[in-house]
Amino acid sequence: MEYRGKAWRFGSNIDTDAIIPAIYLHTSDPQILGKHCMEGIDPGFPKKITAGDIIVADENFGCGSSREHAPVAIKAAGISCVVAKGFSRIFFRNSINIGFPIFESEEAPGKIANGDELIVDSDKGVIINVTRKEEYKSIVYPDFIKSIIVKGGLLNSIK
Amino acid sequence: MGMTITEKILARHAGKKEVLPGEIINARVDLVFANDNTGDLAVDQFKKAGFDKVFDKNRVIFVADHFIPPKDVSCAEQSRRVRVFCREMGLSNFLEVGRVGIEHVLLPELGMIKPGDVIVGADSHTCSAGALGAFASGVGSTDMAAAMAKGELWFKVPETIKFVYKGTPGRWISGKDLILYTLGQIGVQGATYKAMEFSGEAVEALTLDERFTMANMAIEAGGKNGIFHVDQKTIEFLKPRVKTDYEIVSSDPDANYAEVHEYDVTDISYQVALPPSPGNVKSLSDIGNIQIDQVVIGCCTNGRLEDMRVAAKIMRGKETNFHIRTIIIPGSQEIYLQALQEGLIETFIRAKAAVSLPTCGPCAGLHMGILGEGEKALATTNRNFVGRMGHKTSEVYLASPAVAAATAIKGYISTPEEVM
Ligand code: SF4
Repeated sequence: MEYRGKAWRFGSNIDTDAIIPAIYLHTSDPQILGKHCMEGIDPGFPKKITAGDIIVADENFGCGSSREHAPVAIKAAGISCVVAKGFSRIFFRNSINIGFPIFESEEAPGKIANGDELIVDSDKGVIINVTRKEEYKSIVYPDFIKSIIVKGGLLNSIK
Repeated sequence: MGMTITEKILARHAGKKEVLPGEIINARVDLVFANDNTGDLAVDQFKKAGFDKVFDKNRVIFVADHFIPPKDVSCAEQSRRVRVFCREMGLSNFLEVGRVGIEHVLLPELGMIKPGDVIVGADSHTCSAGALGAFASGVGSTDMAAAMAKGELWFKVPETIKFVYKGTPGRWISGKDLILYTLGQIGVQGATYKAMEFSGEAVEALTLDERFTMANMAIEAGGKNGIFHVDQKTIEFLKPRVKTDYEIVSSDPDANYAEVHEYDVTDISYQVALPPSPGNVKSLSDIGNIQIDQVVIGCCTNGRLEDMRVAAKIMRGKETNFHIRTIIIPGSQEIYLQALQEGLIETFIRAKAAVSLPTCGPCAGLHMGILGEGEKALATTNRNFVGRMGHKTSEVYLASPAVAAATAIKGYISTPEEVM
């Protein structure tokens, strides 16, 4: 699979309260959650992005609570994937389980600036920075995890 | 080669002789639970996927603890949907206000957690149950739905970090100080994806309640689970609660650890995590004079009986500072009742503290003690991210029940020695 879009840069330890503040936990409607995506750190974020754009962050993205509302909000806002140096483990599971692709890359985040045009090739495990004409390595997931994403999430894959 | 307690439990539940860190396995789960918030999403996913029954009616539990009694219509609706689902599925395990407590306090109390179990809960602090020698890990709602349907779930076997605590800490130094100290040492990503195994003479000396506190905050270091070995104290705790057999599992002497950290805790002082991170930990003596607006004693970290006892001992016969709102939240109905019988509740009320029914309360900024602009709270909870307890300019300081009780009396962050 290929994901293409503009990079939106965030730092380290972006926690789930920043991704979707607790005041919106009363709902599980993706449409509503998507409208408040990243509100704890960048209010108005969903209005600025174009469908397909990519969030790029440093360490420990998605730390904090187990709320699945976080990847749901990011996906519903139109973000195609997240690239980070590392993810918190529950956020990682939740994303895979809802069929939302996220990629670990030690190298890429440090070299990507806000607004860079990116192509993430999940099969090859590469991230192409179209703006800077650079290429970075990213993780290639084991087939088990790939198949969950391809089937659109864990529940579809175990049915 | 030998295996750690975590690896052994996972291997057994995957029907394998041996597992290696990094390996992806499908493991049987012994208990699956969610709360009034995550439960709704899990139920939704479960239904959307077209499942019509749970794998075992006795092993799926919903605990209403986050917004109880419901604080508004949408919370009431979340609870209602889960309640209806449980009735449809024939589950008798939807526990509500009046029969309930904070999930991580309540489930061990009800005897639902056994050593050697694999437990998943749709809540990040599920790791608390590791205090009883179980593998317990927080998952999301989709995981919860899948586990509810199939009674099994995928896991990546974590590497283990071993923590060895030596020495004998001072009078009021508790498990909370030990875990905060640990977070200060390794940071909030210090154990990402990893198992945290707590051992050593200093943790053997801890009460079970304090071990729950430590296991509870494993997630604050990014840990997949926190785990203790079963000892005589664990067995005493389990005796009146768990009626079925269980198997005691322990790490092999030649088990492989990703890291080993040894701490001598003889001289550690009161630990405080400053906003906005549970890893931003300092000794209380190094933080200066910090005036506080609200003290909260409770939460799945420190809402247990021992915590109530410590707080009452320090507050007995005194009055909380006039400028402080003190909110005390026993973690379960059983703890509330016990605290009442021991006179602890009376102590709190006479000290002009407010005592709440068991709930998560303000811990996650949900209700019953939200902070206003620029307000500061000292809480026995586990997280102090920006805006965690209310307004985005408000701040949360994390500490032990002893420090919280002393702070309630003084009005600024203080040690028990200052008021005793
Ligand atoms: S007390 Fe706080 S940390 Fe514990 S389960 Fe409730 S909201 Fe989560």
